[in-house]
Amino acid sequence: MKGSRRVIKYIAEGLFTLSGGITSFAILLIVIFLFKEGAGLFSSPTVERGYALCVHASNPTRVLDAREIKRAFDGEASAWQEIGTGEMTGEIALLRLEDLDALYPGEMDEAGEAARRRVEEAIGDRPGVIAFLPEEYLPESEEVARRLETGNVTGVEFFAGGEWQPTVAPAARLGVLPLLLGTVWVGFFAIILALVPGLGVAIYLSELAGARARAWLKPTIELLAGIPSVVYGFFGLVVLVPFIQGMFDLPVGESALAGSVVLAIMALPTIITIAEDAMRGTPRALREASLALGATHWQTIYRVVIPHSSSGITAAAVLGIGRAVGETMAVLMVTGNAAVIPHSLFEPVRTIPATIAAELGEAPVGGTHYQALFLLGCILFAITMAINLSAEFIAARGQKGGGA
Amino acid sequence: MNKKVKQAIAFAIFRLLGFLVVGVLFCILGFIVYNGAGVISWEFLTAAPEEGMSAGGIFPAIVGTLCLVVGSIAFAFPVGVMSGIYIHEYLGNRWIVRVIRVMTNNLGGIPSIVFGLFGMALFVNAFGFGDSILAGSCTLGLLILPLIIRTTEEALKAIPDSYRAGSYALGAGKLQTIFRVTLPVAMPNIITGLILSVGRVSGETAPILFTVAAYFLPRLPSGIFDQVMALPYHLYVIATSGTDIEASRPMAYGTALVLVIIVLAMNLLATATRLHLGKKTKQD
Repeated sequence: MKGSRRVIKYIAEGLFTLSGGITSFAILLIVIFLFKEGAGLFSSPTVERGYALCVHASNPTRVLDAREIKRAFDGEASAWQEIGTGEMTGEIALLRLEDLDALYPGEMDEAGEAARRRVEEAIGDRPGVIAFLPEEYLPESEEVARRLETGNVTGVEFFAGGEWQPTVAPAARLGVLPLLLGTVWVGFFAIILALVPGLGVAIYLSELAGARARAWLKPTIELLAGIPSVVYGFFGLVVLVPFIQGMFDLPVGESALAGSVVLAIMALPTIITIAEDAMRGTPRALREASLALGATHWQTIYRVVIPHSSSGITAAAVLGIGRAVGETMAVLMVTGNAAVIPHSLFEPVRTIPATIAAELGEAPVGGTHYQALFLLGCILFAITMAINLSAEFIAARGQKGGGA
Repeated sequence: MNKKVKQAIAFAIFRLLGFLVVGVLFCILGFIVYNGAGVISWEFLTAAPEEGMSAGGIFPAIVGTLCLVVGSIAFAFPVGVMSGIYIHEYLGNRWIVRVIRVMTNNLGGIPSIVFGLFGMALFVNAFGFGDSILAGSCTLGLLILPLIIRTTEEALKAIPDSYRAGSYALGAGKLQTIFRVTLPVAMPNIITGLILSVGRVSGETAPILFTVAAYFLPRLPSGIFDQVMALPYHLYVIATSGTDIEASRPMAYGTALVLVIIVLAMNLLATATRLHLGKKTKQD
């Protein structure tokens, strides 16, 4: 009897201990898995897996990077002088599997000896060729056609690249800058829009509202924090987007502005709740001292209450930014999702979370695009982690030092 | 006089802001209710989507969301409560508690799409669950874990130490005290947190995008390894990428209203639970 009770005690306490560490363990797992899936990006080839680029054997060019490949295949560069090292001159002739299909109808349907001979023939005829072909179509010898080295995706390309076109062939462009700037852009304006009204409401709730108004306003605002983001996104889509389009006479209403406004509305409850809690934490003695010195209620608020709760207010703003940066569905639905570096509030932009949500479903598991999206997840994780830790730090400092 | 005028102006502005902000938030709710109320009918709630999701109902999505709620709670509730007990009753006030608390807060602050990525990498691919209720529930469970841990901790903190001392004085052990005294008293508050997390789970879209959600799946799931439709994802789909977006608008309004109602109901229920159970424990 006593023994079995002791066993139960050990089991229960063991379970408690295990559960106690679960959040730390979960964060550890998240970090490990995001990086595990994303880290492969820098060792994956620039050119789509299973495909290769070939040039004529007489072509001295050995290496092309992703940008040069894209310019050639987009037709932006039409001569070899414009790309590569400059040793090669003359027109660029592009050769894809479709082109070969048109040249030799029916013969390219499956990869085999005959198809490979045709490839060799076609490349041999064109000294300035760049051929983009599946690996199994490549001729075995390098006498006529030579494979280009295309290298791997580099960190510079990823972190400083200005173009995000993950599905273009032959070389996807995986520059994270437009997405990062889009996220910051939308989040920044959201917080500008939300901060003043949010603090205003917090002041109203903590200082001015009567007990009864407070009793139903506060739960209502907390309730609004619980409305799913997809509902806010839907509201933005059917009301805000047409409104913005009409008001500013835009070609499309899906814009950074729509995203910022929706995010501001969603960040409001967070900001209000935290800032209000901070203001109410001001000791009564401080307020009364101020009033006793002859200050009005308003002077007391902005000379005593606000400075005293400044760290809490800052924490509210920081957490609001965190909420705005990480928000996915609402932004996905109203910003138009054009992956360009933002120049104005009235153009479509695309944020990091929206990119992940929109593209992960179509990216083949383990491919370059998939890895790039996981790296985006890592970036997002790092940003929000930094934001949360600094909010925590600011709030803790406020508690310890008793405010400014 | 001058400072009185300043005060009057400032207060007028704050009052106005207060009503403005609350007004905007209410407009959003009102808009959804106004447009969605006409759509909701018995058929809407009990039929499968038809004609490219422009007619019929949302029954499979309701069932799917229910499955995810049950699944994620089944995982997160016991683990979260045990975690809260460990942090508050066993660790007391050591430095490790601060580390755990920071970690818990941080887990709560991670964007939901990151949970989606993680769920896909771990549950769907590494564990081989595939796109399934199991994978989705685990992902959502992790998401609400911080909320449950925090409410458990708060609930335990609110119990006076005299309760525990009284129990020890009667010769009870630590475990007995937890199960017979502390936990029952803390339960109303813990249940409140649980109910709120039900609201959260039913509205999350990003974590289920790649772990469970199906675009269109009229039949009901038969096991935990099946995919399901879910309300928030369904709303996203019919609002943005249906075959005929205009024709499916009413369906979208209806779905949005159902989501809003779930959240409202959960909040009301949470408040009611707190009041009701709170009263009962006091009487005991």
